[in-house]
Amino acid sequence: MEMWLGYMQLILHGAWITIQLTVYGCAFALGVALVAGLGRISPFAPVRWISVGYIEFFRGTSIFVQLFWIYYVLPLMGLSLTPMQAGVLALGLNVGAYGAEVVRSAVQAVDEGQKEAAVAVNLTRYQTMRHVILPQAIVIMLPTFGNNAIELLKGTAIVSLISLSDMTFQAQVVRAQTGNTAVPFITILVLYFAIASVISFAVRSLEKRLTRGLDGVRA
Amino acid sequence: MEWDWQFVWQILPTLAEGAKITIVATLLGYVLAVVLGLVLAVMRRSPNGLISRPTGGFVEFVRGTPLLVQLYFLFYILPEAGITLAPLVAGVIGLGLHYATYTSEVYRAGIDNVPRGQWEAAKACNLTYRQTWRHIILPQAIMPVIPALANYLIAMFKETPLLSAITVLELMNQARSIANYNYRYVEPITLVGVFFLVISLISVIGVKYLERRFGGYGRRGRAAS
Repeated sequence: MEMWLGYMQLILHGAWITIQLTVYGCAFALGVALVAGLGRISPFAPVRWISVGYIEFFRGTSIFVQLFWIYYVLPLMGLSLTPMQAGVLALGLNVGAYGAEVVRSAVQAVDEGQKEAAVAVNLTRYQTMRHVILPQAIVIMLPTFGNNAIELLKGTAIVSLISLSDMTFQAQVVRAQTGNTAVPFITILVLYFAIASVISFAVRSLEKRLTRGLDGVRA
Repeated sequence: MEWDWQFVWQILPTLAEGAKITIVATLLGYVLAVVLGLVLAVMRRSPNGLISRPTGGFVEFVRGTPLLVQLYFLFYILPEAGITLAPLVAGVIGLGLHYATYTSEVYRAGIDNVPRGQWEAAKACNLTYRQTWRHIILPQAIMPVIPALANYLIAMFKETPLLSAITVLELMNQARSIANYNYRYVEPITLVGVFFLVISLISVIGVKYLERRFGGYGRRGRAAS
């Protein structure tokens, strides 16, 4: 019993790393998704090209390959990252590319009349985006963002392969030290599921909060 | 750091070996995902709560946990229960199971989009439960979701590098062993990236075609009913 308590602590320590990776990764992905998603529908062609290039590249290659490339190849170009930084960068850029498409389709899904009305009351393009389009688009984005956040959480497991001691890594350590496979792996599966449930609950609450007063506006 | 073409030519045959395994794993895993996903979707719609509820729980659980951990689970825990799987077999089962939960949601969306009147008409014609599914619901449910199913083929293809973690000698694993052996990471890992990018971009064109071919089916079908 005493022994398992120690190992449990090890796994919980890994869970903390996993949570950090998820939170930082999501924050980074959110920023990237907004920039690239809005860039994708920018009136300036070069901005559009860069956004499309970024989105297609990161959606087209595997997150696994991206992570290894960032961790092993970037140092040869003079940019050394800690496993944590490489993990956040890879997860954020990868999930951000998926998020960018969500941002784009949500912005385009906002009713055309809203944009025309904004023009009619003489709002600038920035004001239109900030006060009219985005508040409505964010509500459309939220459920998919929730799914993306869970995908990101699941993606964090692969950073264990670049020696970051997250939950999966610690489970492997416990397996190696005790020879018992079932206990550590079932434990972390349950923990991952618990974190995923927390994310989907949080997103649902946020959605409820943000849709307050929008009933008449939404289709 | 410089790009060494000679090294590239030297490692290409080994990488091609890995690419073969990657493609085999993707295709086998996908067949499993498409078939099992349909079974899960129908089970989740079962009128019997003892079938539908555990199925829903299973789908949610598998979707909420990382594929990598599931692969470890299959590869390390099943042998303790006396079932030893070859790495590739464990990998294909892991991929198939994981993506079956995704495809089951796709099928579910298709099933829910079949108008209620179809169920009622089937009942009015005295069709059995099995006949209703087989001849009325599934044909209408599956066609419109074919493009969405194809998207998961691409998604799954990009997850196959995870199989390297359970010692399957697929593309990423070959690239890593070449890289570790020669202390050169740039070429092997970049080539793997290019391989995935090229295949994904080509597949996207394929999915666009499927969308044109099948995408309108559901809309026309619903409008007519």
